[in-house]
Parts: sequence; C-alpha cells; structure tokens
Amino acid sequence: MSDGAKPLAGARARLSWHEWLLDEEPSSRRQTVWGEFYRKCRRFAANRLAMGGLIAVLLLVVLSLLAPVLAPYDPHAQALASRLAPPSAAHWLGTDELGRDLLSRLLYGGRITLGMVVAVVVLVAPFGLLVGCVAGYLGGLTDRILMRLTDIFLAFPRLILALAFVAALKPGIGSAVIAIALTSWPPYARLARADTLTIRDADFIAAVRLAGASAGRIILRHIVPLALSSVIVRVSLDMAGIIITAAGLGFLGMGAQPPASEWGTMIATSRDYILEQWWVPAAPGIAIFVAAFAFNLLGDGLRDVLDPKAR
Amino acid sequence: MQLEIEDLHIGFPGPRGFAPAVRGVSFAMGAEKLGIVGESGSGKSLTARAILRLTPPNAVLRAKRLRFDDIDVLSASPRALGAIRGRRAGLILQDPKFALNPVMTAGEQVAEPLRLHKGLSRRAARAAAVEMLAQVRINDPAAVAHRYPHELSGGMGQRVMIAMMLAGDPELLIADEATSALDATVQAEILRLIEDLVSRRGMGLILISHDLPLVSHFCDRVLVMYAGRVVEAVPAAELRKSRHPYTQGLLLCPPSLMRPRARLPVLARQPDWAEVA
Amino acid sequence: MIGVENLRIRFGDVEAVRGISFAVAKGESFGIVGESGSGKSTVLRAIAGLNRNWEGRILFDGEPMAPQRPRSFFRRVQMVFQDPYGSLHPRQTVDRQLAEPLMIHGIDGIDTRIVRALDEAGLAARLRFRYPHQLSGGQRQRVAIARALIADPEVLLLDEPTSALDVSIQAEILNLLADLQRARRLTYLLVSHNLAVVTHLCPLIGVMQAGEMVERLTVEALRAGHITHPHTAQLRRLALELEEV
Repeated sequence: MSDGAKPLAGARARLSWHEWLLDEEPSSRRQTVWGEFYRKCRRFAANRLAMGGLIAVLLLVVLSLLAPVLAPYDPHAQALASRLAPPSAAHWLGTDELGRDLLSRLLYGGRITLGMVVAVVVLVAPFGLLVGCVAGYLGGLTDRILMRLTDIFLAFPRLILALAFVAALKPGIGSAVIAIALTSWPPYARLARADTLTIRDADFIAAVRLAGASAGRIILRHIVPLALSSVIVRVSLDMAGIIITAAGLGFLGMGAQPPASEWGTMIATSRDYILEQWWVPAAPGIAIFVAAFAFNLLGDGLRDVLDPKAR
Repeated sequence: MQLEIEDLHIGFPGPRGFAPAVRGVSFAMGAEKLGIVGESGSGKSLTARAILRLTPPNAVLRAKRLRFDDIDVLSASPRALGAIRGRRAGLILQDPKFALNPVMTAGEQVAEPLRLHKGLSRRAARAAAVEMLAQVRINDPAAVAHRYPHELSGGMGQRVMIAMMLAGDPELLIADEATSALDATVQAEILRLIEDLVSRRGMGLILISHDLPLVSHFCDRVLVMYAGRVVEAVPAAELRKSRHPYTQGLLLCPPSLMRPRARLPVLARQPDWAEVA
Repeated sequence: MIGVENLRIRFGDVEAVRGISFAVAKGESFGIVGESGSGKSTVLRAIAGLNRNWEGRILFDGEPMAPQRPRSFFRRVQMVFQDPYGSLHPRQTVDRQLAEPLMIHGIDGIDTRIVRALDEAGLAARLRFRYPHQLSGGQRQRVAIARALIADPEVLLLDEPTSALDVSIQAEILNLLADLQRARRLTYLLVSHNLAVVTHLCPLIGVMQAGEMVERLTVEALRAGHITHPHTAQLRRLALELEEV
C-alpha cells in the first residue's frame, strides 16, 4: 500500500506468527482482528487462576465428549451383585445402588449436565442481550414494555418458577432447559440495557446515525459488540448457578429422569446412602463443585480481559 | 513558604518498560505567582501533584530535592503529608463536579477543613464557612451554603472549591487547569478572584494551564514544559521575547481576532526539544 | 444552503433555543459563538437531525426539512464533534469506521475511497488499521473529519471541533478545515465558544446568549468594534485581553 511496504515484503515472510500478530501497525483487516484476539489471549493466559479454570472446563468437556471411549462400563448396566461397592481397581469410584459403575455414569452424566448448560446459554444470552440493547437504544414505550416484562420474570424465585414450569410440562431434560432459560435471561437484559444506556448518547453513535444507519444496524453492529463483553463475563460467572439449578431440578426429580445419569439426579437417587456409602453421592457432588468452580474462575479471568470497567 | 524542587523524575512502569513522564524538573519558588504551561502529556500536572505527593499510586518518584519549607516531601510521613495537603497547600482541579462530594452541601464541605484543621465547633465552622463563601464573592452565601454540588453552576462550584481550599489558610495554592472548563467570562472572574486572594494573603500560586497567554496574564513567571522537561523559564512580562521555538510556537499557533492570517503556523517539533540540555 | 427560521427547542420546561433565524449560502462559512448553555450546540444537533423535538423551520437547499431525515440527507450533510475521544467507536478500527458510511449508502470503491480520505485528512496510511486508543487526540479528530467527508457531503456542521485539542494541534486542524473547504467548496456551520477560532474560519458570525441570537455581524465589523449588543462587546474584550501579551 505505502511505498515503504515493498522492501519489507521479503522480510515480512520471515516474521514469526508472534511478531505478525503483535504488529503495532497491521496492514490488513485480518491481521488487525487476529492481532487483537491474540493480545486478549495473552492477557488471559497471564492470569493463572483463569487459565486453571479454562483448563478444567476444557477437561470436563473433553472427558464428557469422550465418555463412550473412556467409560469402562455401560452406564446403565446393572450388576446387583456388586451394588454399593466402594472404590476399587475394578470400579475406580465404586458402584451405586444398582451396581452401576459410578465413573462411567459420571462421564456420561457430564454430557447431560454440561449439555443442558450449553443449551441454556445458547438460548438465554443472545435473547437477553438483544432485549436489553433494543430496550436501551429505542427507549420510550418499547423500553417500558420490555423492561416490565423483564421485571416480571425477575420477580419470580428462579428455582420455584422452574419447578412450576416443569411440573406444568412433563419432567425431562428439555423442559428443564426451557425452565432454566426462562428464568435466567432477565439479568442479561438488564445488564445489556444498562450498558446500552451509557453508550446510546455517545457521539460515536450520533456519528453512525448521521451516516444514515437504521436503528437495527446501529444496535446490531455498533451497540451489541460493546454490550457483548459484559454479557459474556456474566454468562461464564452464571454457569455455576445454571449447573446447580440443573442439578437441583434433577435432584427434585424435575430434570433428567432416571436412569439417565445427570449429576443432580445421581445425587438424588443416592441420598439414602449418604451416611453409609458416602462415595456414591460424593462423586457427582464433587463433579458439580469442580465444574461450577472452574466456570467461576474462567468468568473472573474473562472479566479482566474483556471488561475494562472492572479495573 | 519556600518550595524547592531539584531534578524531579516521575515515571510509570508499563508493559514496554519504564515510561518517564517528568524528566529532571527543577525550580524554586516563594510567595509568588508561578505559571506552568505545556501541552497535554508534558508533565505539568504531575509535577504539581508531586509537591503534594498526589501522583497516581503506580508512579515512581525520584528527586535530588523536593522540599516544602523544611519538610522533605519524598520521605515525609503520611501525617506530615496530611499537614501539607489541604492545610498548608490547596489544590483546585479542573472539574468541581468530580472534586466536590455530591452528598454534602457546599457549606458542609467548606466547614469540614475548618473543623479539622482549626478545631472549630460545628456552629462556628458553619458561620465561618458562610464567611468564606462570601470571600470568594458568592452572592447570598448563606443560601449557597445549603446547596448540593449538582445545584451549582460550573463557576459557582469552582468558587466553592476555592473557598474549601482557602479554609485551611494555605501558604500555597495550586490551580490545575482550574478554569479550563469554564466560559471565558467566568474564567476571567475566577482567575481575578484567585489573583486577588493570593496577593492579599501573601500566598504562593502555581497556575497550571495549556493556555500560555492566559497564564502569562496572571503570573509573574512562567515555566514552559515539553515532554517532561522545563524547556524555558521566562518572566511573564518578557514572554514575547522568549527564545525557545516551542514557546514562540505556542504564542503564534492560536488564531487571533485582530491579526487574521490565512494559514496558522504549526509547530515543527524538533527532536532536540525533548533532549536533556 | 442552510436556513433556520424561528427555531425553538425545549427540553422539558426549559426553552434552550428561543426562536432564532439565520441562513448560510452555499460555499459560505457561518460561525455561531456563545458560552455554555447558550444553545449553540443544540441548534447544530437539530439541524443535523439528531434532535427531533423542535419547532419552526429548518431549510436545506430551500426545502423545509421534517424532523425525521431521509437517508439521502446524510449524504449531503455531515458533522464533526467536539470530543475526539467520544466520537469514534472504541472497538472499531479506523478502517471500519470509515467504511461504515460507504456501506450504508451503498457506495462502491470502498478501499480507494478510504485511502484517499486518509490522505486528504493528513493521516498516514499505516494508521488505517489502528484502533482509536492507539491514536493521539489530533489524529482522532482527523479521522472524524475523514469520516465526515468520505461520502462527499456538501455541508459540514462543526461542533467545537478544536476545543479539546492543544493549541498547536488546533492550528493544524483549522488549517486542514480551511484547505478542505477550498478544495471541495464545502459549506461550513461552525459552533465554538472561542471567538478567535470562529473569526478565523467564518466571515459571518452570530452571537448566541441564553437561547437567543443576540447579534449577527461580519468579522470586519467585529474587528472594528461596530457592535450593538453588550454580550458581543464582552466576548470581544475578553478575547482581546488574552491577545495582548
């Protein structure tokens, strides 16, 4: 582009990826985007706790995905002869009340529990984000209607609304996901609206309006990207809560149904043995704890990288 | 009051190494009116804040000498610093909206230093506060004393701020872009008020601004800062005779009402301006 | 080119602009000077179509404008804001921000236009893919000017375009604005609190105080002191005081 670029071209081929990405004067859109992403990754990687959280989350996801390969037994295979066996070489984590291998159930259960969490987030985050941005940017009557609606959902205790909802439908993973989603979008809408309010009167938004952009374009291309980071952070911090709600619904018999090995359901069905055979509820309990904790660490790290306000 | 600064350095540790912001500033002043002028990033505010040790927490300060009378500011205890800040030296900032406490009335804020530093009773302090507000030429000071900062105009807020700073009977007043956010008419009034109070009380004044003509109008002596260094110190009356091309540039750059020019001269920045002489 | 007739703007109970009128001919520059709260920026935002609650008439090219402007209006009228830190999107590169108006209006040759706009605004091509936080205040204001001009408008509304800048940078931006006007035959409507800045760019000046345009006069009349309103006289006196160093 500039005349100085030509003699550099030969040298540029020899630049390492690292140098190319950290170039202060990128020469293409691609380089800018990847460079910015790389810088954020480096900032995230410098935070050890957050990296720990990320690794733990990835490990859980990989283990769950590889459950068919890794699980030593069929998670539903009953062996009443060896029921409630303590951890041993044959059953690393022991067996449950029907003699099913706990490790296998835990691995398969991860697919259900983490799958539910992902489903909830995919439903909730974009919806809340959009509601909040639209309400905040348009203001007036739209804002009032959307926000009163948000308030109504926010006013219900989360677990109780979810319970009522699942009871009205039929208990199951699908209903549990919908129930949790219904009760967890309002905070994102609130958050996105608050962010939108602070930027909607900024001059750079006025400048886009003066470029002739429609409200939809302004919201989607200029406001959502700014409100997105705080929603992402909030989502990863909320993951723990969603896992616990999902497990809670399972525990109350309103989520995944036996014999499915969802973690909460596993604790629920083993509650009679909690004193004598403590390892049976302990295994899914620890899994829930680890997953929730890992997501929390990840969220903290993301906040440091994405949310400049928190610093 | 005697202020002595010798070879002051201020810098910030950053991702790409240590970034110096003030590089070897020296000056001494007594009860006079000193102006410090420079562009944004020239280090003028940091220099003034170093006197009160009000630099950002991550700033690294170093100086051969930084004395406020007999107090060595760099090694002073928090207690000794407390005796300087707000009592022996006052700082007026650009935006009173951020410097005033939003949940306290103007009267309470002026009364607080009076109670703190002079041990006045609540009632006596309140009466004295109204008296102070009258001194900064606020009409109807008793009514203004009951107002909250958001109920004050910019100029009024700045007057309250000045009254607050004068309450401790300081020997030195530092005004950091104190009038930059104000309208020209109000700006002139506030500066005249500061000038008047300073000369009547025999205080020292450090006036920090990006506006060279304005500063020279109200000060005895002007330090011109560029890239963390004082490039020139001139008596305000001889500003037009200043030698440094940067100072000359600052004087010539602004458009003029009476001397129209088709094109304005722009600064041709020389690398050696930033070099340590 | 631009006309305002008996324009009134209120915010709740406060009438910020109380019936002002003026006209700017094509290729001319008109400057509005006034203190904070005089309503000068409010007038500009109403003309730009950013504020839709006004009464009276706003004329563009002889045609009265509705509060809601058609997209074609924004190809012909653009604005530069006071604060170069607030007028650029913090998460978008210079390139992206310059491309946006072109994409909205469906203008071809985005790449060549961006390169030319940067050059015209006196910005090095290497700054094209930078983010605003990597630029200085003066560079940002140049980007804002480049963005305003990229779709070839005829009118530029300038809202205190140099107030947030150091004097040396202010001189560069004022020179740039003068050059661009000459090269592109632009019509300028400039708002500032600084009388010297206004007189530098605009031969015709309106003085605003408390929502009213108290005086309209030429620069020559102002210099010569042929003034009728005390507020104009006061602003002139203050400006002169600072020039006599």
